[in-house]
Amino acid sequence: MTTQSKTTLEPAGINDPGYSTPVAATRPFYWSVRRELWENRSIYIAPLIVAGVALVGFGFSTIGLAERRRGVLWLDAAHQRAGIEMPYDVAAMMILFTAFIVGVFYCLDALHGERRDRSILFWKSLPVSDLTTVLSKVSIPLVILPLLVITITFCTQLIMVLMTSVVLIAHGMSPATTWTHFNLFRQAVILLYSLIALSLWHAPVYGWLLLVSGWVRRATFLWAVLPFFAIGIFEKIAFNTTYFGSFVKDRLMGFAPHAFDFQGHNRPTIESLPQLTPGTYLSTPGFWLGLVFAAAFIAAAVRLRRYRGPI
Amino acid sequence: MACIEARGLRKTFGPTIALEGIDLRVEEGRILGLIGPNGAGKTTALNAILGLTAYEGELQVLGRDPWTARDQLMRDVSFIADVAVVPRWMRVTQALDYVAGVHPRFDRAKAEGFLAKTAIMRTSRVRELSKGMVAQLHLALVMAIDAKLLVLDEPTLGLDILYRKQFYESLLNDYFDRSRTIVVTTHQVEEIQDVLTDLMFINRGRIVLSCTMEEFEARYLEVMVKPEHLAAAQALKPIHERPVFGRSVLLFDRGDREQLAALGEVRRPSIADLFVAVMGSKAGEAQPPSHKATAHQEGAAMAK
Repeated sequence: MTTQSKTTLEPAGINDPGYSTPVAATRPFYWSVRRELWENRSIYIAPLIVAGVALVGFGFSTIGLAERRRGVLWLDAAHQRAGIEMPYDVAAMMILFTAFIVGVFYCLDALHGERRDRSILFWKSLPVSDLTTVLSKVSIPLVILPLLVITITFCTQLIMVLMTSVVLIAHGMSPATTWTHFNLFRQAVILLYSLIALSLWHAPVYGWLLLVSGWVRRATFLWAVLPFFAIGIFEKIAFNTTYFGSFVKDRLMGFAPHAFDFQGHNRPTIESLPQLTPGTYLSTPGFWLGLVFAAAFIAAAVRLRRYRGPI
Repeated sequence: MACIEARGLRKTFGPTIALEGIDLRVEEGRILGLIGPNGAGKTTALNAILGLTAYEGELQVLGRDPWTARDQLMRDVSFIADVAVVPRWMRVTQALDYVAGVHPRFDRAKAEGFLAKTAIMRTSRVRELSKGMVAQLHLALVMAIDAKLLVLDEPTLGLDILYRKQFYESLLNDYFDRSRTIVVTTHQVEEIQDVLTDLMFINRGRIVLSCTMEEFEARYLEVMVKPEHLAAAQALKPIHERPVFGRSVLLFDRGDREQLAALGEVRRPSIADLFVAVMGSKAGEAQPPSHKATAHQEGAAMAK
């Protein structure tokens, strides 16, 4: 780092061309993302804690695992799979859900906290554009958190598989029953795809939260949420319909029917890679509409930050 | 090229006029003191210069429009605001890493050198440092940036006298090199009197007085008048009169030194005294109109 900055230090002329190189352009972004992680350690600590809790819980469940596994193996294949996969899926879902909560509260504070503690004056005294700053904040829920989720989940599930295998071997059973029903690497691919699909589906949600956090002076959560309640209540009372409510629900959870083919199962399970339907997903208008809204919200947040000072 | 050039710089907040169309030109290598009462428009002017607030009128800082090109401008401009704005959660090392990461003109070794002279520990978080230490840290970061313009808005507010003295000393000894420009606002006027090369009084969004320190010293004289000469001295139209230990001290604009010496003890006024004279309650408006006019002419003369 120091050597790099020193080389750019030498020519102090006004028309220094060195600044417009791509390297110089990405450096502020890289450091802005790092500073977000310094300030908001919950971004990685919260999923790690949840993973730790899942592992401890799973550790307890290995008591008597061998007997239960013998019982499970009497069931048909589908139930075997469901029974064996369950703890892995729960762990993954919990880590994912935690990351979502962290992302929501991170976004609500991202452009509000710096105004509240006046540090915006410090950030603005450095040659980092509002665009770079806002994009670095957007990247936390859209890039950093998904990457953390996939890494932490994979490691957690790997440890769980190893724990199971050790316990089963210790009881003289083959660990292959776990490996055949729970394919760690296939699950990782499914999770990666789900994370990309879900993050992009949620992009307008994060964009909206960032915009609100840069906009309002206080009570960011209320400003972010109440307008939706208000519209929903108005619609229900005025017209006795709930279109807006289903629209919101669809934006929060509706990505799955487009991104996956559940093949008519009652319980939404994804067992094989052909169930992933990126083609269908990409041809969903709601997906693209969401991205348009996300871009609009983020552009507004960038623009707004220029006008913003301490509150 | 002037470092800062403003023409008709105007800013309103609803019905309140913060800046009433000021003209301003600060040449390279000057140290300008921007002095004014609370709410005079100093911070608004600085914010406009730093690209922190939108404005009407023309403004160029180092040839750029601060409002639309803040991030480029900040490669050449540093500033310390009137409150501790260094993020409290940050560690000292993180502050160094971050500034080194984003600022192409930051010399980390230099900053480490400045910090080595203080009691600041590298692993401390900013929130664990005293107010004076935060100021030292911020100053170390800023002085290690090879900037063309440094803007200081009440940089020593709330610091004890040792830190305040040290602040301006290191600024002059370790930073200022006659090619840089510094703009500083402060209420502790007496502390910067010997530091400044230029002086500007601002009140109610207008520039009330603008001169170089040489002009200031040549132009204003303060006389502690002997009681028997008081009437004669008052006849010479002092711009301000204040009692000190039962005697009167009169401040003259372009007074004749020999003539005044006959009336009492003549000395150089402090900026603070002139400030009180120019701003004091209604004195500002009670000035003969020519005074304001000359101040403006000088501003224009400075512009050359």
